[in-house]
Formats: sequence, structure tokens, C-alpha cells
Amino acid sequence: MRAPLEWLSQYITLPDGTTVEQISDALIRIGHEVEAIHTPPPTSGDLVVGQVLTIEELTEFKKPIRFVTLDVGSGHGPAGSDEPRGVICGAQNFAVGDKVAVALPGTVLPGDFIIASRSTYGRISDGMICSAAELGVGTDHDGIIVLDDDAVVGADARSLVGADDTVFELAITPDRGYGLSIRGLARELSAAFEVPAVDVAAGPLRAADPAVPPWPVNIADPTGCDRFVVVRVTGVDPAARSPYWIRRRLQAAGIRSISLAVDVTNYVMVEYGQPLHAFDTATVRGPITVRRAHGGEQLTTLDGVLRTLDPTDLVVADTSGAISLAGVMGGASTEISDTTDDVLIESAHWTPPVISRTARRRGLTSEASRRFERSVDPAIAPAAAERAAELLATYSGGQVAPGRTDVGSPAEPTVVTMPVGETERIVGRPFAAAVSARRLIQVGCAVETSGAGGSEVLLVTPPSWRPDLTRAADLIEEIIRLEGFDTIGSELPLAPAGSGLPSAHRRARAVAAELAAIGLTEVLSFPFVGDKDFDALGLPADDVRRYTSRLLNPLDTQKAQMRTTMLPGLLDTVSRNLARGLRDLAIYEIGLVFLPRPNAPKPPQISVSGRPSDADLAVLEASVPIQVQHVGAVLAGQAEHSGWWGQGRSADWVDIIELARRIGRSAGTELRVVAAENPPWHPGRCASLRVGDWPVGYAGELHPGVTERLGLPARTVALELNLAGFPPRTVTVPPPISTFPPVLLDVALVVDAQVPAATVGRALVRGGGPLLESLRLFDVYTGPPVPNGKKSLAFALTVRAADRTLTGVEAVEVRDAAVAVAVQDSGAVLR
Amino acid sequence: MPEPAAAGSEVAAAGQAFAAAADLAELAEQRHLHLGDKSPTLLARRNLGRLPGPERAASGKAINAALQLITVAYEERRLALTAERDTAVLAAEKVDVTLPGDRRPGGARHPVSLIMQQTMDAFIAMGWDVGDGPELETEYFNFDSLNFLPDHPARAMQDTFYVADADGGAHSGLVLRTHTSPVQMRTMLHRDPPIYVVCPGRTYRTDELDATHTPVFHQVEGLAIDRHLTMAHLKGTLDHYARAMFGPDSKTRLRPHFFPFTEPSAELDVWFPQKKGGAGWVEWGGCGMVDPNVLIAAGLDPAQWSGFAFGMGIERTLQFRNSVPDMRDMIEGDVRFSAAFPTEV
Repeated sequence: MRAPLEWLSQYITLPDGTTVEQISDALIRIGHEVEAIHTPPPTSGDLVVGQVLTIEELTEFKKPIRFVTLDVGSGHGPAGSDEPRGVICGAQNFAVGDKVAVALPGTVLPGDFIIASRSTYGRISDGMICSAAELGVGTDHDGIIVLDDDAVVGADARSLVGADDTVFELAITPDRGYGLSIRGLARELSAAFEVPAVDVAAGPLRAADPAVPPWPVNIADPTGCDRFVVVRVTGVDPAARSPYWIRRRLQAAGIRSISLAVDVTNYVMVEYGQPLHAFDTATVRGPITVRRAHGGEQLTTLDGVLRTLDPTDLVVADTSGAISLAGVMGGASTEISDTTDDVLIESAHWTPPVISRTARRRGLTSEASRRFERSVDPAIAPAAAERAAELLATYSGGQVAPGRTDVGSPAEPTVVTMPVGETERIVGRPFAAAVSARRLIQVGCAVETSGAGGSEVLLVTPPSWRPDLTRAADLIEEIIRLEGFDTIGSELPLAPAGSGLPSAHRRARAVAAELAAIGLTEVLSFPFVGDKDFDALGLPADDVRRYTSRLLNPLDTQKAQMRTTMLPGLLDTVSRNLARGLRDLAIYEIGLVFLPRPNAPKPPQISVSGRPSDADLAVLEASVPIQVQHVGAVLAGQAEHSGWWGQGRSADWVDIIELARRIGRSAGTELRVVAAENPPWHPGRCASLRVGDWPVGYAGELHPGVTERLGLPARTVALELNLAGFPPRTVTVPPPISTFPPVLLDVALVVDAQVPAATVGRALVRGGGPLLESLRLFDVYTGPPVPNGKKSLAFALTVRAADRTLTGVEAVEVRDAAVAVAVQDSGAVLR
Repeated sequence: MPEPAAAGSEVAAAGQAFAAAADLAELAEQRHLHLGDKSPTLLARRNLGRLPGPERAASGKAINAALQLITVAYEERRLALTAERDTAVLAAEKVDVTLPGDRRPGGARHPVSLIMQQTMDAFIAMGWDVGDGPELETEYFNFDSLNFLPDHPARAMQDTFYVADADGGAHSGLVLRTHTSPVQMRTMLHRDPPIYVVCPGRTYRTDELDATHTPVFHQVEGLAIDRHLTMAHLKGTLDHYARAMFGPDSKTRLRPHFFPFTEPSAELDVWFPQKKGGAGWVEWGGCGMVDPNVLIAAGLDPAQWSGFAFGMGIERTLQFRNSVPDMRDMIEGDVRFSAAFPTEV
């Protein structure tokens, strides 16, 4: 909403010396966000009203040029005389007798444009006739400003052209439809500054005999429309133009001038907040009906678009069919044209959700629909129509036809009962009943007080323009916003003892901290993926990760699905970093993946008038995809940098699988590593990570096809684990720490090449018993003398007792027992 | 058979040997030969017992004197060699300690995660709990139950990602949550008041990505429901949180606003002492007293219970708090960005 201060000032007189900043602060303080304050750049010197005396067309130049003589008032002529001034002008949109804005020599226009007497086109030009753009009050370059006839020659033209006006651009919240009007904002300023305001809509109405309505109207859909007023203006001169002051105010309010009939409806909309519509009477066929559209019914709207209507759309119809999309946009067939001499002015009150639905569905938000969907004052429909009719008649030489159509019966506001103490209960500071009442009266309520002492209540009747005031809570907001939110104290509530960080957060924190400590950087990528991502990962058509939730309105149609795996986002991020010249990358992300449930129910329609039933809640829960926390990580390039110390080391499958193990440990779980095949991993270099037998994820080297398709470094490695699949952390019990010396023994075992090292290791641990403190695989060897198809695994055993120093013999017994089990379990042969 | 004379010659031999040791390692070897268990002097002392009484006393005296001399000689040489090592050898081993040591890359948390962590810690310290909910959410929890009526313009205030139904069509009743507020309703439905819960999490709106907007962002939501909670308690809680995030001189300011799920509603400014160009107010979030309709939808009696709620954007907080000119740096995953923090924001 653009609210010109000059327009507001017609209805409210602010205290002397009130500055623009004070007005802006006051608007903000009571809840109207000031998005911008537009003040035209200054014009200094003499900008006066002049009247055109003569026009001489100079035709010898490439473009039409006029030499104009102007009466600029006494003392404003050349050398302080009363004589006319001669001025060269390139515009054509004025005639002899017109009043114009003239910048006299010495005037400085915006942009430091100094006006001087100068010789041009063979004449002396002794000033300049100004356009809106030159004065910085508009964008109109096409012609000069032609003022209204009542402008006084020689007077300062600044206020007439709005060069000293300030426009407040406000973001009106959806609950305050009345704020989209000069009328409403004048009232708000009145409350903020506690000065009286004039209600522009409150004057007496023209006497109109309801028995002779100017046009018959039938409201067939009272749920969509509860008031419909028509006033008719006849004998309109189609060539009549809007007066300058209307055009100027509309321009300041951000609305383009179109024609007199349309301009007056827009003018009244901005001033009263009541959108109006003007029909060319000659094109309306028979009585008007307000109804829902028929199935398949069509309407060409003012923007020239032929629209097929929906049965939920509300329309204004005549006997030919729909002629207007109610409250949203008029129809082309009844549009005001340059031959229109008879006008019907519609002033209606529509049900907000009906307008909102139609406007939203069709993407047709207009000045009218924005007001109707926020609610408009139903009480002023006749006053607004009358005001527009009067303006139209005045400036077109027409007459307001007798009578006024006024059908429908809008609901009366209902009384809200509010205990006086309720405001204190919610706001936390006391209010005298008189203060609450005064504030409510300022916003237009009628207030009665009833009861006494502790049971005193206010009986509040909200004004017709405040349908949002239906409960005590709504009234409390009005009282406190006018009293000022800065009058509220600051007090820390005492919460009962809480239970600290939930375990899932503790786990994610531990994992995140571990990964950062190891040297990985956390990223937060967008969780949007597409088929291309899955193709690049080489996922087969029936891979479960391709079963996704899809967005109806994605920002990028290539990424219209919700991720089921962390890898696409992470790999994208790796690519972005590589493209920016980084080479060695270690990144991770912890976030949700979205796993749709097969045959999920649709969420039920649930009443909000009470707690949902347990059955409804269960369906709600089941309708939402499973969303679990995953961790993903990717390593590309060097894990240890090359440097002055020597060669670095590339990250490889060993690093990523060990990373998976460390994630497990930081979450309190020892993960089991099992060889696996799963795209996008290299089939021979992929590990499944398990909790017991339960797989919680994969780690390994990416398939060379994947790194090729994505342009990633060869042998990039990645992991993805489902953190929600980890068991709850149990209490950690440390091993007994023996203070006796260890016995260190090595053992080399030859096994089939296919036997996993972990199998041999587990067998040794089992065989070694409690005296085998730890075991470390330190060498894997193939080649002579180890036979073909075999490998040698060398383990270092630490043997130690908790309670004594072991003898060499005891230690060797432990080793032999360990080896015996390994031989039995994995066919190992002691080397 | 040790004789005093023999002891004397051993003193001389040891003295020569110690003097000839070139460094501490050689000296240690010589110490073993001349002062070790099997050195002549100690062997001699061990054999004293076999000597007849008078001889024993004299020999013992001589041996002890020799031992003392050898020990002194050793100590003198050791001190000399240690001093030599400290001056010459360590000097020769001098390295350039300014050489880089980044053999292993450093890691980092994302600052958005760190701000959320700091937020949770601040509220947990006040006894609040932490709540979570799904990001792909029902319209019931995201809108309806929070007093966003189906055709109210408020519903259009938040540009929503809609989720297709199983057939790819509209009207699945599912959205990507536009705010963390659905967790409010979930919390109220799943536990009895008093409730003090803070809910950090990821949220979505169909804003195009630019320097100050991102379609995927994070919010932190707070909800308190109790008997006798007022706007003063809201203000007190926000002031406390502001101090936790922006230092002891910070505070908050409320401006009337509209949100469907609060009444009265307010926008929230924070006094930011370290603001670029001088301390000042910065827009931080929204808040208000929980609308009675929301309490009713949760099955709570608005006459018995009252509460407040607030929410702020984490990216926005990070943007002004840490002077990040371009929000895209937070979401693109350029490791240079997070590396600047790296584990404390």
C-alpha cells in the first residue's frame, strides 16, 4: 500500500512539527511495516503556476517545437515584471488557456538541472514547462503536467504537483484489510498520535429511493456475496479526462490513470478501501445476477484472456452469461470504452475466502482481490459507490441517475465479552479498564463496561471494518499495540527441569565432532535429487533409492525429488569445490533422507476445533514418508598432503571403511565390516557395515563408471550410514588395565586368498582367550614362497595377564591356542 | 685379588676411558665397564668378604676410595659431555620451526550447525527440552492446526513446496514444512503441559537462491505453554537468548505484526552491539502469544493455559552476526567457508 502523506492529511491533522520519521516510527510501532519512504528530490527556486496565452508551432525543425507565451503571475515576468514569459517546449499535450507548472530561470530541478534564460530554436526560452519526470514526481516523460483549472496563476506549484509530498510504502498484514485505504490509515495515525480523524465514508448519503433501483440485481449466492450496490451515471462525456489532482494522487498511490470512469473507481478504492467496478451500461444485458459459474462457462477478462470458469468461481452475470469474475477482474464485454456514455458502478462485498481461492488459483492478484481477500468494510458499499458516481458526474458532465440498488444483508458484528483482567493475564502488565476501553474506542469499537471489582467485563462491539476482532485475544492485541509493546516488561519464566539434549542429537553431535576432528568438513546440501542423479550413480531401474517423494513445484525440474541417499548432494558439492580449484576434499553431511511408505494413506481432513482423535493422528503419521538421519562422507584427492616433508597419500578405500568404523565407535557401536556389492560402489571394493547382522550402510571406492560420469577424481571413496539404524548407546565399560608387562609375539598364517582377514582375526581372538590382550594385523603378503591363491597374514599379539607377569611358556600357549582355532576355522596354516 | 695398588690403576684406567669417550653414548658404555656390576672395582668389593679381617679393612678402604674417585671422574665427564651436547649438537640439529605442518587436512563443522548447537545449549541451560519433527510434513501440522485457514492470504505468505501424491497428482496433503512451527503442535499433542521446547531444524520455501534468500534454510522455534505465561515471559526469554548469541549488552524489541498462530503477534528486532557500522537494531524473527485457536486444536483450554512461541532464521542470524555478505556461501558447501570457523562459531 502506497499512502501519500498529502492524501492522508486531508483526513487527519497531525500535531504541528510532526516529521516524516515520527510518522514512520508511529506506523511501525502500531504494526504497519514501512517498506520504503518515497520523497521526491528537491526543487529549489521558483516553480509557479503559469497559464498558456499563445502557442506558436515552429515547423522548421526535425521534431515539432512550440514557442509558448505564459502568464506566470505578477512579479514573475521578465526582470520581476508582470509581463508574460516566452518558453520553448517540445510537448504537444496542452492548449491555450491550460494551467501548467513553470520553472523560472534560476530554479534548480532534481539532478542539479539549473534553469536559465537561453537562446534555442531561434528564440529566447525564458524558463521551462515541466513534466512529472523532470520534477521527480513521476515517470511520465510523454508530456508536460497540465494542472486543473482552479490553479492560481503565479502561485507556488510545488504542492499541486506533489513535489513536497511524501509517500509511505507499507506492508499491510493479511489481518488488516482496512489498512489498504487512506480511510483506515488516517484512523491508525489518529490512534497513534491521539488526534481526531475525519471518516471520509461517514457523510450523509444522497437520498435515493430504493423503490427505483437503477439496475435490478439478484444475489443468487448469498454465501459468496452479502451486499451488492449499484449506482448509475448517465450522460457521461466519453472524452472527459480525469482531473489532474485525481491522476496525481493515483500516481502517488502507484496506480496508472486509464480513463475517467476507471480512475474514479480506483480513486475511491484507495481512499475508502472499497474496490469498485465500472460497467458500460449499454453492454449489460438485462438484470444482474451474482452466482457461481456454470460448468464450462467462459469469460474473457479485461486482460484479454479467455478463461474457462470453475463452479467454485463467483461471477457477476447478466442474461448473456458471466460478465465479471467477482472481486478479481472485470470482463471484456462490458468494459468501459472510448464511447461509453452511461456507467454502472458496482460496489459489492464478497466473502474473503471465495475471492482468495479464485485469485490464487488463477494467479490473478489485483488491487481489488488483495483487498477483498483481506476483507472490506461492508457498511461503506453505498457511500463508496456514491462518491465515485459523484466524481464521475462532476468531471464528465453527467448525472447520477435516481435511486440506488442495494441488495443483500451483511452480518452485523457480534459483541465480544472480555474480562478486564484478561489483558494482564496475557500481556503481563496491568491495564485500567478505562485504558482498554479508550484504546478499543480508538480503533472504532463501541465499548460498554459491565460488572464491578474482580468480575468487571468489557462488552465490545467491533466496527464494521474489523471482522478480525472476534475474540478477547484479538482485542488484547489492539490494546497492547496502541499502548506500545515497549511497555511490556522482561521476565524469565521458570521452566521445570528438563532432560537435556535428546540421545539422537547427542549421537549426531558425537559423530559430527569426530568427523571434523578427523579432518572432514561439514556441508549442508539441498536435499533435492532427480533421475539424472540416480542414473549417474548407476542405480538399476528397480533400486529402492529411486522410490521417492516428488515435488509438484520444484525450483529445478531436474531436481524434483526428495533425496533417498546423501550421495548426490555430497558428490555435487565435491564437483563444485573441484570446479573452484580445490583438489583434496573430505566432506560429510548429516541430514534426513525421505523414504515414502508404500500404500501410504492420504492425510485425513481434521477439524481444528479440538484435539484430533488418536485414530486420525495415527493416519497422519502413516501418511508422512519415513524420514531418518543419515550420515554421508566423500574423500577425494589426498588424505595426507604432499609437502616439503615428502610425498602425500591419496585417500582410498581403507580410509573410508575405517571412517565408517570410527563413526560407529563415536556413536557407541562397533560396526562389523562385510564385503558387499552395491552401486554406486566398486563391486570389489565395497563394504557393508553392520550392527550384528543388520546392515546400516556402505563404504568403499566409487565405481569407475560413476566417477567418470560425474567428472570426479578416479578412486574417489564414499560412505553412507543410517544413524537411526544404530542401537541406542549403552553404558561404556572399559577393559581392565593390567600393570604387568606384556609378552609380544608375532604369528604368520597362510590362508586362501578369498578368506577375509577379519575372519582369521576373529578366530585368533576367540582362540587366544582372555590373556590375548590385543591383536594387530601388520602385514599381508602374497608371492613366493606363499603358494599361488594363498596369502600370508602376519599378526602381532600382545599377551598379558591382569594379575601377574606371564612366563614365556604361558604366552606361547596362548599363541598356540589362538592359532589352533584359526587353523580350524579358516584353514590357516602356520607359516 | 684386589690390592690398593690395583684399585689405583683402575682409577687411572677409568679416568682415561671416560676422558676418551667422545659423546654421552660412549661414556655410557665406559660407565658399564668401570662402574657396572662386572667392573673390576665392584667385583673387588664383592670379593672383600673372602679376605682375612685386617686385610679386609684396608682393602675395603682403598676400594671405596677408588670407587668414589671413579664416580667423580664419571660425573665430571658426563657433565662436560652434556654441556657439549647442549651447545654444539642441539645447535647443529636446529630446524626451521616455521615450516608448515599441514600433513593432514583440518576439518570443520558447518557454522549453521554450530549456531543451532549453541542455541540448544542456551535453552537446555534454562531447563528447556529439544523437539524434532519431519521436514516433509502434513498440511495439517504445517498450516491447519496452526490457524492458517485454507483460503486465508496468510497461507500464501509462505511460498510452499507441495508434494505430489503417489500418482504424481496434486492434493497429497503433504508439503515441505515452511517453518519449524509444526513441531509446536506435535509437541503439544504428544505431551502434557507445562511445555518448554526449542526446535531447531531445516525448513523450505520456494524462494530463488540469491545473496539473502535460500529455498532451503534452518530455523529455530521456541514454544512455552504453562499456566500464567505472559508476553513479559516471552520478552524475558528472547532477551536471554539474545544475550547468549550476541553478548551481555544485547536485548530485544518487539513490533506488532501478524502471524496466524499467535495473537498478539510481533516481529522481533535484536540489539546487536557488534553491528557493522555501529551497534543497532537488526530484524531477527517473529513471535507472539500462542493463539487460542492453536491451543484449542491441541486440546488445551485457553482459559487454563497460555503460552508463547518464537522463531528465527539461522542463516539470517549467521549472516548478520558473522558479517557473511552472501548467503550462497552457506549452502554451496565450499569448504573454504566452513574452514574459517572451524568448530566454534
